[in-house]
Amino acid sequence: MKPVNFDYYAPTSVEEALDTLAELGYNGKVLAGGQSLIAAMNFRMARPGALVDLNNIPELSYIKPTPEGGLAIGTMTRVYAVEHSPEVAKRFPLLPEVAKFIAHPQIRRRGTFGGAIAHADPAGQLPSISMVMNMKCLIKGKGKEDRWVDAPDLIIGPFMTVIEPDEMLAEVVINPLPARTGARYEQVSRQNGGYAQAAVASIVTLDEKDNCKDVRMILMGVGELPILSTKASEILVGNKPTTEAIEAVAEEAAASEIDPATDLHGTAEYRRSITRVLIVRSLTEAFARAEKGG
Amino acid sequence: MSQTFPISVTVNGKVYNREVEPRLLLSDFLRHDLGLIGTHVGCEHGICGACTILFDGEPVRSCLIFAVQANGHEIRTVESLGTPDHLHPLQQSFKDKHALQCGFCTPGFLMTLVPFLEEHPNPSEDEIREAIDGNICRCTGYEKIVEAVEDAAAKLSQAK
Amino acid sequence: MTAKYLSQPIKRLEDKYLLTGNARYVDDIEVPGVLHAAFLRSDYAHAKINKIDVSEARKRPGVVAVFTAEDFGDFWKPGPLQVPPPTAIAGSKFNARTIVPIAKDKIRYSGEALAVVIAESRYIAEDAFDDIIVDVEPLPAVIDLEKAWEDTSVLVHDDLPSNMAALVSQEVGNYEEAKKNADVVVSKRMLVEHVAGAAMENRGFVAKWDEQDQQMTIWANTQSPLTVRGSVARNLGLAESQVRVITPYIGGGFGPKVMTSLSDDVLIPWIAKKLNRPIKWTEDRRENFLATTSERDQIHHCEIALKKDGTILGFKDVFYHNTGAYDSYGMTVPLNTQTHTISNYRVPNFYTEIRMVFTNTMVVTPVRGAGRSEGVFVMERMIDFAAKKLGMDPTELRLKNLLTAEEMPHKTGIIGQDFVANVLDSGDYLDNYQKCLKAVDYEKFRKEIQPKARKEGKRLGIGVVAFTEGTAVGPYEGCKVTISTNGKVTMATGYSTQGQGHQTVFAQIIADQLNVKVEDVKVITGDTGSFAWGAGTFASRGATLVGTASYLAAQKVRAKIFATASKAFGVPEDEIELGEGFVFVKGKPENKITLGDLAIKANPMRGVVEPGVEPGLEATAYYGPPHGATGSGALAVIVSVDPETYKVKVERFVMVDDCGTIINPLILDGQIDGGVSMGIGNTLYEKMVYDENGQMLTASFMDYLMPQATDMPKKIEIIHQHNKSPLNPLGIKGIGEAGAIPPGPAICQALEDAFSEIPLEILESNLNPSIIYDYVKKARNS
Repeated sequence: MKPVNFDYYAPTSVEEALDTLAELGYNGKVLAGGQSLIAAMNFRMARPGALVDLNNIPELSYIKPTPEGGLAIGTMTRVYAVEHSPEVAKRFPLLPEVAKFIAHPQIRRRGTFGGAIAHADPAGQLPSISMVMNMKCLIKGKGKEDRWVDAPDLIIGPFMTVIEPDEMLAEVVINPLPARTGARYEQVSRQNGGYAQAAVASIVTLDEKDNCKDVRMILMGVGELPILSTKASEILVGNKPTTEAIEAVAEEAAASEIDPATDLHGTAEYRRSITRVLIVRSLTEAFARAEKGG
Repeated sequence: MSQTFPISVTVNGKVYNREVEPRLLLSDFLRHDLGLIGTHVGCEHGICGACTILFDGEPVRSCLIFAVQANGHEIRTVESLGTPDHLHPLQQSFKDKHALQCGFCTPGFLMTLVPFLEEHPNPSEDEIREAIDGNICRCTGYEKIVEAVEDAAAKLSQAK
Repeated sequence: MTAKYLSQPIKRLEDKYLLTGNARYVDDIEVPGVLHAAFLRSDYAHAKINKIDVSEARKRPGVVAVFTAEDFGDFWKPGPLQVPPPTAIAGSKFNARTIVPIAKDKIRYSGEALAVVIAESRYIAEDAFDDIIVDVEPLPAVIDLEKAWEDTSVLVHDDLPSNMAALVSQEVGNYEEAKKNADVVVSKRMLVEHVAGAAMENRGFVAKWDEQDQQMTIWANTQSPLTVRGSVARNLGLAESQVRVITPYIGGGFGPKVMTSLSDDVLIPWIAKKLNRPIKWTEDRRENFLATTSERDQIHHCEIALKKDGTILGFKDVFYHNTGAYDSYGMTVPLNTQTHTISNYRVPNFYTEIRMVFTNTMVVTPVRGAGRSEGVFVMERMIDFAAKKLGMDPTELRLKNLLTAEEMPHKTGIIGQDFVANVLDSGDYLDNYQKCLKAVDYEKFRKEIQPKARKEGKRLGIGVVAFTEGTAVGPYEGCKVTISTNGKVTMATGYSTQGQGHQTVFAQIIADQLNVKVEDVKVITGDTGSFAWGAGTFASRGATLVGTASYLAAQKVRAKIFATASKAFGVPEDEIELGEGFVFVKGKPENKITLGDLAIKANPMRGVVEPGVEPGLEATAYYGPPHGATGSGALAVIVSVDPETYKVKVERFVMVDDCGTIINPLILDGQIDGGVSMGIGNTLYEKMVYDENGQMLTASFMDYLMPQATDMPKKIEIIHQHNKSPLNPLGIKGIGEAGAIPPGPAICQALEDAFSEIPLEILESNLNPSIIYDYVKKARNS
């Protein structure tokens, strides 16, 4: 299990990285944390011709408040740093909650926030969370104007994004959540740190009358790609998030919005069943948190 | 041999200057180029944790980093802890509590736990178990490892 | 004789090296000029080979040589039968088809070696795989055991009329007659699924040929260094003395490292000699899954016949056992299953039939538990099913039928892996079980804890099972104990060690006999240059066989100490006293001779030695038991199940174990703990899966789930029994596999108990939440 050879570039600035990527075109691949990529290379399932290592660009690693009250996270910020950042915990407690489910601590020390999103592994937690939080992704390319893509539009297939070979994800911005917003991530996996057999993340907002003002819910591991539920908003928005309403969302979403597969660790039916359970758990807790002010 | 890169790496306080192929895994570099055989290789896909080392103080998998990426960085391996006749307190606790059997996974556990104990001087059992969830031990069933960490935590905090 | 060290929790002598990165494992061996080997392995499980073209690979820079089966000429041949089949069982059939070192003409399992590349680095060797053109004609694969047995349309070995590897039946009493008197008969089909040994260290092999000395030196992490030495010598036409096999520190064995005559140990010495270059091969994790042996994988058809009062009249078990594509390792595993199926209980009539079958999978050989797990699983499950049918509590049915101390030794009459009729030598199985019930407080759980939990919407269940562990089988092991002139003691054995603490436990036994400090006894394991007799590390036999040999050899040395001291002091032996590291005449401690000086006196350089006196304070001893010693125990588990996600958590784990005399309680508990993690892993996480084409779907730790720290119960509560084995002077029985045996049936029983209001029946050994969901759904609908 040794990787094939490749050309190696270690740019020390974003500009230099973009130059190199432009030069390499389809032959080049960005090396961020490498925690998925290098494992795949060791199996020789990934054989990139050239790697552009972003680990020598300190300017890509930061967590900064935005003027709007959100956060901007540099693409090379380690997942561990996001997990343990007081800034993140204060604004987006969902993120550290999710981070604990991402592989094991040693992987989170090296794996990067932007790298995980750009890798677009449908079984990965961060692509789903970027979608449910509607994160704004800054894409840079040599000679191109900076472009911002909403996370749900970034990911177009399993391990596929709109990022061109000469481009890179440079920054992710998370806009502040409205008042009375609560969120909750729920996951079932065989073991701690393992792949999700099903997972649900919900972000809900209550209005002043305790009706559901907004709900975003993503269903993960139960389809080819993470699925943003439409049933949740159809059923809940404008209504009281009663137990019955939440159960109705769970029933309908699990019945019609997902397409789980049978694999070594569970049948499609089982995954559908736990999705239903996780939706109830996720929404119930998210609303409870919203009620407490988020 | 394809293109090689000169690298300068500080390992356990000593500076090494070497030429490496970019694909050379840091685990192989430490073991076979530098002869630091205490870092073990169990899976080469980042699950087992036997190859865990400290990279600028952070516990990471050396099988998921290329040696060339260690250029200019500081690495610590199990060889930096104690010696056979002067064990590090955590190593002593592992011995006292019988927290190792074949010993193959042990360096990875130690290198995970040294920074953990610095950050969690008084860890709960659940925290310890979560901290070592990324290190697989086939021999001990983990219970005695947990006991060793508790023992080391008590000793280390007393020493402070 | 004072026992200063025996039964004490002596901290391990080997630890300080292991903890500091100072212990050398096989991949740590650096031989100057070494080349690296990599095996190109088949993607197909079953195929006819047309041509393997390696010409381009040979041209790749850094590649030194590439070999296919053709290139080995007459050297290529099927390997030996590492373990012969039992000849003692009348009417048994066995078709020997032994493993080949590299595929020729036909591929029989996915992962089988097709070519071996020798290169300047492992990286380059793997690069060369891209240059090799493999032209094969794929054949349908046969994986399902029952289908493989019945259906002859796909044959693993074309020269056989079927896929039958063996057919062995044994019977005590007469089951069919006994059944006629039964009030209740229960029959079930059950699966015991495939698991890996998965030692953290993969296999490895280094060979160095010295042309001048005509010596082959091998470093390998094998459990059978003497088998490897013998087969390498025979393969290359060398004397055994020309081959030295050294086992360095080994990162876990658990069974699979016992298998020999694989690609590495056959081909690499030949290549090292041919190229006259040292060769290293280090297996990677993927290869370890594909091309190292593994175990379990049986399908049982069981029947139990009982009286209304719960008395067991008889048991019948016809089971299919997967041997993989070859059967070089004989029938150790299924024979263990036969001996362990009934061994806890009074079963007067027992029929057991092995249908060992060839399939297109890698070879099956023992993994910790080794057939015992399967036998205990099906028996314990059948008792649970019978209890339900009888309307009895499962513990009550067991209490009625478990063997007691008064019935020992108990001859079961079933011939086991050591080819002798099984005799349960010692123990009180009923007492084990009763102590376990008491320790877990079964009554309180039933009356208080479980009903209370149920009211709170929690599902808790309890399972209490019994087990035996056949250990310490022959043929023999031995060792040599030497007191050096510096007063320190060296013991050398051919037995190799993989983390069991042998360097400490053998030292404890010897230190007591010679009255030296335990840290002054150095134990050398598995180096054929130091000691060249013995069979290997398997069947939990080290502590008993090598431990007893250590005791006997140390006693001989002790006798020599007294004889030599008697001469030196000129007094009768009974006036000599042995202090710690020295001798003196009773009452005159001021005039002492150290053991080092005595060792000099025992090796006179001039003068005349009396007839019959052997030089040195040194002795060799061997020990071979008449039959194995059987450990026993009981296990209670309490599990909780999430009623919505069906995730299972082991809340309590209480184990009673009887391994006779305890040599070192610290190490003993470690052995049990490790076995338990494997038993829990096998039940709730680990499963090797081949698809119908013979592709392994679980060839990484991403898919093959190893138990983690958060998967284990917080405390493994252990209660020790002390029924000594009468078979050896110290009263030792083995312990290495105990923990791995009972968790499966105990967890199944507990899960059924957690859903006691529905007719839940678990018929397989590996469960995940999805499988439990299916079982519950089926039971609710029935």
